[in-house]
Amino acid sequence: MSVIKVENLTKQFGNFTAVDNISFEVEKGEIFGFLGANGAGKTTAMRMLCGLSHPTSGNGTVAGYDIFKQSEEVKKNIGYMSQKFSLYEDLKVWENLRLFGGIYGMKDKPIAAKTSQILQELGFEKERDALVKSLPLGWKQKLAFSVAVFHEPKIVFLDEPTGGVDPLTRRQFWELIYQAAARGITVFVTTHYMDEAEYCKRVSIMVDGRIEAIDTPKNLKQQFHAESMDEVFYMLARKAKRGEN
Amino acid sequence: MENAILKCLSINKRYGDVQALTNIDLEVKKGELFGLIGPDGAGKTSLFRILATLLLANGGIATVDGLDVVRDYKAIRNRVGYMPGRFSLYPDLTVEENLNFFATVFNTTVRENYSLIEDIYRQIEPFKKRRAGQLSGGMKQKLALSCALIHKPTVLFLDEPTTGVDPVSRKEFWGMLKKLKQQGITILVSTPYMDEAALCDRIAFIQQGEILAIDTPANIVAGFPHKLYAVETDNNYETLKQLRENPAVRSVFSFGDTLHVTFDGELKMNPDYSQLKEIEPSIEDCFMELIL
Repeated sequence: MSVIKVENLTKQFGNFTAVDNISFEVEKGEIFGFLGANGAGKTTAMRMLCGLSHPTSGNGTVAGYDIFKQSEEVKKNIGYMSQKFSLYEDLKVWENLRLFGGIYGMKDKPIAAKTSQILQELGFEKERDALVKSLPLGWKQKLAFSVAVFHEPKIVFLDEPTGGVDPLTRRQFWELIYQAAARGITVFVTTHYMDEAEYCKRVSIMVDGRIEAIDTPKNLKQQFHAESMDEVFYMLARKAKRGEN
Repeated sequence: MENAILKCLSINKRYGDVQALTNIDLEVKKGELFGLIGPDGAGKTSLFRILATLLLANGGIATVDGLDVVRDYKAIRNRVGYMPGRFSLYPDLTVEENLNFFATVFNTTVRENYSLIEDIYRQIEPFKKRRAGQLSGGMKQKLALSCALIHKPTVLFLDEPTTGVDPVSRKEFWGMLKKLKQQGITILVSTPYMDEAALCDRIAFIQQGEILAIDTPANIVAGFPHKLYAVETDNNYETLKQLRENPAVRSVFSFGDTLHVTFDGELKMNPDYSQLKEIEPSIEDCFMELIL
């Protein structure tokens, strides 16, 4: 069953085509890596999938809702986390969970129960009343992920969630991703760490607004006669013409 | 150390109750490409700011090119180039205006040192009339590097120049650093990407304000204290969980399409993992071993 399905999706800004006629599907519970160089159009594509930006043309459904006509329904059924902004630094850990649960329409009782459960799973019980700004980056990112899936969305979008995080915490973060996927949450993730591309079930590589390759990491390595995803990425992304202008 | 151009002796830095740097001892040789490797929050930026004379340490001594960072700060500022992690040029000046401004501040001209920045600046020159705030990430980075070099510094400080940058642009950036090194500039560069460590002459691992190791990448790898094995299965995550339960397993981590495993004592081959093969550790294996 596809939880993301897009056909010929295009976004133009003036005469610049940021996303150029992309089509793909993502299955329920899949961990899908959305790769591409800076400026390839990843963020623009992701904003359309999240119902934040109106496509210029094409069709798409996310979590069963039309991204043109039902963007509010799309937003209710997804979670989102980025490297830059995810949590309110001057709210306490529990207050952040409370706030996001409330925004997604959860009732007080389930919020309280879920909060205890998550703090226990993360080993953050002592930090319940700590201000988020006092936490180390790696902890913040793990908490931000838990906030993004707090309302058990159908899909969670992760935009470079592990940038700058230490290698141990990066791996702990990926375990949270695996656990969420095992619960049936679809994970749509961008990263610049090519070892993390290998942790995805399938990946796509965007170049100049188009999807140039999409398959399992194993098949992509075979297809491009490469030893690693790093090599595959390099072969495709260096062909980019438009750079980052 | 002979030819040390940068020296830190017991540098300490506190912010209120937070100990950001603890007894940092570090020497960088003239002409070296030295990497400060560690995650966000490790203290890398504090150390850069102390060396660039922008922040006072709470204790310890640091010298740059033989000059004391506290007493001789004005002289040091003429000799170092500093590219902060956050974009710090003037967004409402054009590319060209920014470069001219920095040249003028240092009493020089763009023409005088153009050869040093030529390779880098040429790539953004077509956009020289564009305001810096309107540039893409990669172009901002090239402009910032040009501005940090325009007064021909002897030491270049680069604070996380490649964070958030895609792998192709990262390779390109390290190519530029190599060329600068060939021109005799000493470079201290920080990065959270472990694969970039291998491109440095020497590296220091830094975590929670402390230096865990300093050496050449080759020596760091040679110093890995265990035999390291790689295993690849159809379901690495399931295998990871199983190996974790195995009492003979000392550590197991995901590394791309394989798992890296060390064992306590002698390795007893389990038939399930007959495809285990011994491998050479990467810099990332070594860093993780130190923070375990």
